[in-house]
Amino acid sequence: MSACHSDDPRIHAIKSKIRVVPNFPKPGIMFQDVTTLLLDPKAFKDTMDLFVERYKNKNISVVAGIEARGFIFGPPIALAIGAKFVPLRKPRKLPGEVISEEYTLEYGRDCLEMHIGAVEPNERALVVDDLIATGGTLCAAISLLERAGAEVVECACLIELPDLKGRERLKGKPLYVLVESH
Amino acid sequence: MAALIGRRLFTLARAQNDVADRIAKISSTIRIIPDFPKPGIMFHDITTLLLDHAAFKDTIDLFVERYKDMNISVVAGVEARGFIFGPPIALAIGAKFVPLRKPNRLPGEVISEEYSLEYGTDIMEMHLGAVQAGDQALVVDDLIATGGTLCAAMKLLERVGAHVVECACVVELVELKGRDRLGEKPLFVLVSST
Repeated sequence: MSACHSDDPRIHAIKSKIRVVPNFPKPGIMFQDVTTLLLDPKAFKDTMDLFVERYKNKNISVVAGIEARGFIFGPPIALAIGAKFVPLRKPRKLPGEVISEEYTLEYGRDCLEMHIGAVEPNERALVVDDLIATGGTLCAAISLLERAGAEVVECACLIELPDLKGRERLKGKPLYVLVESH
Repeated sequence: MAALIGRRLFTLARAQNDVADRIAKISSTIRIIPDFPKPGIMFHDITTLLLDHAAFKDTIDLFVERYKDMNISVVAGVEARGFIFGPPIALAIGAKFVPLRKPNRLPGEVISEEYSLEYGTDIMEMHLGAVQAGDQALVVDDLIATGGTLCAAMKLLERVGAHVVECACVVELVELKGRDRLGEKPLFVLVSST
């Protein structure tokens, strides 16, 4: 589901604040830079309000944010809806005992980790990141939460790159985004 | 008159007790993990604080109460745990949020500041144009140890003409004397760990 098709005036302002940086991190990639959105306090607040309005009455007990830009958007949502925040991190960053989920990149593999004990069985979880591209990272996040016994209610991102079809790789979980970029 | 003064002192004492209670609660949620990332280090893990909604909210509230009337125009958060605490503060006080990142993560034009580690050096970057001359800045990270990272952060902000009002951390490792390394810049922490 994409909020960009709605008439909410906040959405168009948010989209206009996202900067596209060509050829980053490599030639041919049009990078969607959310740091410029963070420089506009009203647009940043509107972004968080849109997510909070959607999730505040859904009995979400845990918001999981993907390192590192998911750490910017996840905690304000968690705080506003009364949920705990769980950081999902690259290998060897989390100091305690972890579970790890490997996932494929365009070239090679990467790994996402979550602390054991952070999430309990039957918790209702929201996964947050700034952007969904191929969906590989979000899929790994869903797997970690399900392995801990949680139910992933939805994935939430600011931006979707629909041409990369990441929405289809989310193990059947719904995806909510604010803007699409083709 | 005496009754009025007495009531005001009582209110002040109660407010201070409230702050002390919140800080004690916050401190109790932080987990110490021995020998991470290497033998001899007692790592202060704030992820357990984030699992306690009331404690996490109190953490942010204590910073917001301090900074909301200081005309802070930018909150700079140090990657990655500064990204967890900085944005909620920025949102509450109406400031912009600027991420300070490891090399090659920020996509646009950046300025870089090299700083020393125990062994070797590292680099911290900030986007050009994110902060302007005259901006009143707050630097946020989860913890101050030696102060090297916070010093690099302050240098980046000062190089573009911002005024660093204060550095704010949840935890201070007092024995590592990071506070001294910040020189005249004030440091505000919630939990001092010795």
